[in-house]
Amino acid sequence: MSLKNNLVVMLLFSAIVLSAPWWLAPIGANYPDLLQKFAIFGLFAIGFNILFGLTGYLSFGHAAFLGVGSYTAVWSFKLLTMNVIPAVILGTLVSGVFALLIGWLSLRRSGIYFSILTLAFAQMSYSLAYSVLTPITNGETGLQLSQQDPRVLDAMAGIVPTEGLPTTNLFGMPMSGYSGFYFCAVLLIIGFWVTLKIFRSPYGLKLTAIKSNTMRMKYTGFNTRPYLLSAFVISGMFAGLAGSLMAVTDPLAGAERMQWTASGEVVLMTILGGAGTLIGPLLGVGIIKYFENIFSALNDSALRAAYDFLPAGLADFLTTVTSPFVGEGWHLTLGLLFMLVVIFLPGGVMQGISLISRFLRRRLGMAGESGGAS
Amino acid sequence: MTKKDTTNSGRRGFLKATAATGVAASAPMFFIKDGHAAAHGGMNFRNNPGKAKSIKLGFNVPQTGAYADEGADELRAFKLAVKHLNGEGDGGMLNTMKPLALKGNGVLGKKVEYVTGDTQTKSDAARASAKRMIEKDGVLMISGGSSSGVAIAVQGLCQEMGVIFMAGLTHSNDTTGKDCRRYGFRHFFNAYMSGRALGPVLKKEYGTDRKAYHLTADYTWGWTQEESIKQTTEELGWKTVKTVRTPVGAGDFSQYITPVLNSGADVLILNHYGKDMINSLTQAVQFGLKDKMVNGKQFEIIVPLFSRLMAQGAGDAIKGILGTTNWNWQLKDAGSQAFVKSFGAEYGFPPSQAAHTCYVQTLLYADACQRAGTFYPPEVIKALEGFNFDGMGNGPTEYRAEDHQCFKDVLVVRGNPNPTSQFDLLQVEQIVPRKQVEYPPTQFGCKLGPYKV
Repeated sequence: MSLKNNLVVMLLFSAIVLSAPWWLAPIGANYPDLLQKFAIFGLFAIGFNILFGLTGYLSFGHAAFLGVGSYTAVWSFKLLTMNVIPAVILGTLVSGVFALLIGWLSLRRSGIYFSILTLAFAQMSYSLAYSVLTPITNGETGLQLSQQDPRVLDAMAGIVPTEGLPTTNLFGMPMSGYSGFYFCAVLLIIGFWVTLKIFRSPYGLKLTAIKSNTMRMKYTGFNTRPYLLSAFVISGMFAGLAGSLMAVTDPLAGAERMQWTASGEVVLMTILGGAGTLIGPLLGVGIIKYFENIFSALNDSALRAAYDFLPAGLADFLTTVTSPFVGEGWHLTLGLLFMLVVIFLPGGVMQGISLISRFLRRRLGMAGESGGAS
Repeated sequence: MTKKDTTNSGRRGFLKATAATGVAASAPMFFIKDGHAAAHGGMNFRNNPGKAKSIKLGFNVPQTGAYADEGADELRAFKLAVKHLNGEGDGGMLNTMKPLALKGNGVLGKKVEYVTGDTQTKSDAARASAKRMIEKDGVLMISGGSSSGVAIAVQGLCQEMGVIFMAGLTHSNDTTGKDCRRYGFRHFFNAYMSGRALGPVLKKEYGTDRKAYHLTADYTWGWTQEESIKQTTEELGWKTVKTVRTPVGAGDFSQYITPVLNSGADVLILNHYGKDMINSLTQAVQFGLKDKMVNGKQFEIIVPLFSRLMAQGAGDAIKGILGTTNWNWQLKDAGSQAFVKSFGAEYGFPPSQAAHTCYVQTLLYADACQRAGTFYPPEVIKALEGFNFDGMGNGPTEYRAEDHQCFKDVLVVRGNPNPTSQFDLLQVEQIVPRKQVEYPPTQFGCKLGPYKV
């Protein structure tokens, strides 16, 4: 039993992900929408990590693929069927093609120039979605379902919505609420398995080699372009999958998903958690999404209730002091946290965890000779 | 479960039963809670408060972005409404609303609590925030918002989830038109009403021979407002030179305003709101549009949807400019006065129209529950549909049953040329009677959908 064994890792990971509704309950994060977000952005971040964590190429435009995946999925719901399988497959594929195009152009440069190129392409996609492409994207209002949509496959199968809008489903199982989360969770586990395989393969090793020294790679006779491009496309497909899942759990696509802030968010998630590590990006996702959804909702009355056990004067004081950091101030707290992590733990939360575990191991090793640190 | 298995003897039966019990026991608490919640009048529904001592309402407002000022004011109004519902403070409009079923002891004897969220004026974020309120906090009703794009997105979600949505500031015809929902209600007026109300005033002020140029926020609200205003002005005999769509939150509008100067137009219509309107209007004035003479006529700027918060931001630029508004704090009726008084006592300044509509919406929802005698949404919806009320600041008002749109008088306002205080920025030019802004419920293609979801 060791974490070197893929099967053990996968079993542990699956158990943790699938039991999330139980162990997240104490911190109030166990409601379906947030769980879905954890899984979806988890996929987004681990895919991003394949590019950034392994090759060191910082893409600042990954949200574009997220958006493309979403739009494709919603169009699949509108034109083909409310079943989520075609939507997910099409969303991933179309994003892959889009990533191939952008990657082929952007990977002509490296370093900051590559980042700027990807940023430019993503912002371009965002602006296009708002202006010329409004027939496809429905602009600011966002692409939404309507009862009059053709849905040819559903129509052939004789499924016609009677009243109200149809809902996304997996062969009849509705994709909102907990079933939606489990669907996303299964895909997250599959996605994690793919990244695990990549990380622990000669291919992954070559990607890491590109990160440590591209020049030397080239001198040893490797053409780095195909490796970079394939990594870019794979991570673009992960983003597309995440985007289509966003549409699966909530059939609406808006251009703001492609904005540079969304691209920046996944960079933050990855760095906060620990770039280049397997689990790090997922931790980053957890922290940021938790802040965005739970911290942003705290208000003065909630704070006061939390400090209820303290004497009135102290409780009032603490409420006043802490209230700028919650509610609309959640960005402030997140910013402080991000600064602390980057300054003291450049390797992200994962570095913190490994420091703690090393410290514990040393203490245990000193306490008893048979510490069992394997 | 295990007792039934007497016939199924042996190890296998035992295992089966144990497994079944295990699955049932480990089912998450929420399933069980929902499944066994005490039904209200035999009916069960999402977030049924059952025997709980309090109910929760969700206030989803923009706290960041182009409409953040409106959002902040909406939140103040919501807090005030909750206070009044629970019998704290001076009661505000509860003293003037007619008919009134509320007793000032919460709703149906339950204390009102609230949760808040940030829509960020983005459909995605707004829906995520609304979902959190519904799934985690267990709210019975969601209100707020300051963008029609967001209102429509959240309204759709609320219909799916079976939670009532009392729209905040949303002015697009689509909100109660083609995107209307059974679970969505709008007290605010809409773009069509703005057009109908403005028409006669424009005719009187600017004549029938004008050439108009539209700058339009590029989303559902901008589109429908442009359409409605265009329809009105063309009926007057005006020509539309050009309509240009601008992205929301553009910041710099100079590239859109320069072409206006050479277009031959003599009226600029700004279909913008919030900070966008502040920027575009200020820049238009800086470019000297207001001082120009075109076609032998004074150049004019019109802002069809006006608000005091925007006027405050735009400063001197708004002087003399015509527009419409849902409500203004200077109205003299008892309802408005009561609301302005308690809002002012609480926060030290008068409320905006956004605050007013959100306050009224909260009271209307609470009152409908009280009248229905239940929180069961289909019954509450029926109580709101066709409800006639008065004393809420807009004169006699009706919640039309066919499309959930409120019908009431509309105000035509003008930017005050000589303000006496920093709040005295708009003067009410005319109160346009309700019958002038009415339209048939089928006009914008509303199909409400089912009561039960």
